[in-house]
Amino acid sequence: MSTNALAEGTKTTINFGPQHPSAHGVLRLILDLDGEVVTRADPHIGLLHRGTEKLIEHKTYLQATPYFDRLDYVAPMNQEHAFVMAAEKLLGLEIPKRGQYIRVLYSEIGRILNHLLNVTSQALDCGALTPPLWGWEEREKLMVFYERACGARLHANYFRVGGVHQDLPPDLLDDIRAFCHRFPKVLDDIECLLTENRIFKQRNVDIAVVTREEAEACGMTGVMLRSAGVHWDLRRNQPYECYNELDFKIPVGKNGDCYDRYVMRMEEMRQSVHIMLQCLDKMPEGPVMAENHKVVPPRRGEMKKSMEALIHHFKLYTEGAHVPAGEVYTAVEAPKGEFGVYLVSDGSNRPYRCKIRAPGYAHLQALNHLCRGHMLADVAAVVGSIDIVFGEIDR
Amino acid sequence: MALIGFFTWLFSLVGITLPYGWAWFLSYAVFILIYAVVLLVMLAFILLFDRKVWAAVQLRRGPNVVGAFGLLQSFADFFKFAFKEVVIPSSSNKGLFLFAPLLTFTLAFIAFAVVPVAHGWVIANINVGVLYLFAISSLGVYGIIMGGWASNSKYPFLSSMRSAAQMVSYEVSIGFVMVTVLIFAGSLNLSKIVEAQRHGWYAFSILFPMMVVFFVSALAETNRPPFDLVEAESELVAGFMVEYSSTPYLLFMIGEYFSIVLMCALLSILFFGGWLPPVDIWPLNAVPGVIWFIAKVWFFFFFFAMVKAFVPRYRYDQLMRLGWKVFLPLSLVWVVVAAGWVLYFPNGIGG
Repeated sequence: MSTNALAEGTKTTINFGPQHPSAHGVLRLILDLDGEVVTRADPHIGLLHRGTEKLIEHKTYLQATPYFDRLDYVAPMNQEHAFVMAAEKLLGLEIPKRGQYIRVLYSEIGRILNHLLNVTSQALDCGALTPPLWGWEEREKLMVFYERACGARLHANYFRVGGVHQDLPPDLLDDIRAFCHRFPKVLDDIECLLTENRIFKQRNVDIAVVTREEAEACGMTGVMLRSAGVHWDLRRNQPYECYNELDFKIPVGKNGDCYDRYVMRMEEMRQSVHIMLQCLDKMPEGPVMAENHKVVPPRRGEMKKSMEALIHHFKLYTEGAHVPAGEVYTAVEAPKGEFGVYLVSDGSNRPYRCKIRAPGYAHLQALNHLCRGHMLADVAAVVGSIDIVFGEIDR
Repeated sequence: MALIGFFTWLFSLVGITLPYGWAWFLSYAVFILIYAVVLLVMLAFILLFDRKVWAAVQLRRGPNVVGAFGLLQSFADFFKFAFKEVVIPSSSNKGLFLFAPLLTFTLAFIAFAVVPVAHGWVIANINVGVLYLFAISSLGVYGIIMGGWASNSKYPFLSSMRSAAQMVSYEVSIGFVMVTVLIFAGSLNLSKIVEAQRHGWYAFSILFPMMVVFFVSALAETNRPPFDLVEAESELVAGFMVEYSSTPYLLFMIGEYFSIVLMCALLSILFFGGWLPPVDIWPLNAVPGVIWFIAKVWFFFFFFAMVKAFVPRYRYDQLMRLGWKVFLPLSLVWVVVAAGWVLYFPNGIGG
């Protein structure tokens, strides 16, 4: 389109991304603009498609787990959780209590990791440059907790079928506790820059309002759904692991706008800290993995003494565990919403089919509805507040 | 000026009698050169200061590798910019594309001609200094509009549209703010405005709200956050500078920082007594005026840097609303208030 056509005030079509600072990865958004008002927003996906679901069909269950780290790479362990829970459900495995608490602990760390990134990048999309750096400082600390638990900062592969890979070192728990006591102060700092900031409010209040009906019709979950006033959180409504033993509140929004979602995420982080502290207090001693050695690899010490353990180890790390035939859907309340895994097993050592339900996918499809009528500047804020990561959308 | 005598003497050494006009011309050329070099060097450190303040707020260290404490960072950046390839988009209007940054830079630069840095230290002590500055800063928007237009690209185009509207709306209120100061000072000459504040800075008189309006409008005028809609990284990528690289980009950037420094200078001249010390008592008035002036400029620049670190960005319509519905009526009313004040307290002006 030539400059002259641009000047005639007719409809302009612009490419918002995939190489745009606030495209949150590789979102390609085709925007039709009337002046600066968006008349149509057309998200194009698939630039980060890696064929995860198909790849998983050719991997053993153990080999499949790391793929889930690479879906929503902002909160890796929460995705692993959904997958291992699906396999465990087919296997009928019972997870030891300590393993459950560690999973919940790390799921909540994942939630904070996600919300810190999201809230601060929403601020960045509105033009506030400082909160992201304050947030990333804390994310860095949390990633160190990831690293100390499993050796990797990002692609953890820590949740395994049957529990978690290894027990946590004792001083790690103390450090996490210390973090939990310090962290709310950082949230206060970030809030004092944003929550009551007039400009931030002007940019977010009443932007991209989602009503209850729309949210349900679009298949929204998580914060997006709750911002519209729906009380729905899988941790409470379909409790898994040890969530029903823990005390926490679920913030629910009133207006369904970007500002509500921001405030809710801030509160969810505080609740996550509360959950983490409870996990640390209640965490019992004991094994972190189930003892079924047809599924769960034996400990290294056993392998040195027992021939049978060595054989189990060899079989599990080459052929992999066989999962009984059947199909199952499990979902966890990932930070972005309901992250589900629909797993079909034919009784072999590989999943027959693994369908992933990514929350961001459902949220992104509402983008046209959310952005229409708003201005170009709001698109950035909306994309920030619906919390999308292309790892999980494109899969 | 001493330089005129110096040149006459210098040329008489080789047996040439220099006409007064030539001596005048030469001495001013040298004076301008010195002024420009000092200004550019100061700008290099202002840039570093900006980044350091910003970094400190964000719990970072900022540039700290080139030179001690990163003091030479801006010079390193300069060389990097200067040696990179100038990429000119094939569909752009090449002449305008290159002229735009040059215009921005030149306009930002020549504005300093009327800025008095100390008593008598001014290149052009013209009696319509304020009008001159106002004209120059109004022209500044053309560089941006041209750049955005000549790039023939959509983001720059949107950016230049925004810029045109933004500059127009905030210049109006800046104009009225200046008028209140003029009413108090009774002169358009910047040196006289400073001298008029010898017995009290205008910032501490009933003009205080105008000082605030001026500061905020200056942010808008120079495209600093929260009014950086023209650049708006998260919306327009880099606005009118999307297609620019290398030296043309550098010229835009220097031009932008020059206008920020100019606004800081204006803030101190119009409201904070320019080169005058806060109180006219011994240890303070012994400090040379130029030191006071530079200190004030840096002090106000610190606020520019802090604002950048703290605030989110306004949306286009919100920016216009603030300009037209808040600042314009406020400054308009204050013109009347200031005029009334001067009329009823003809001897007690300045608070």
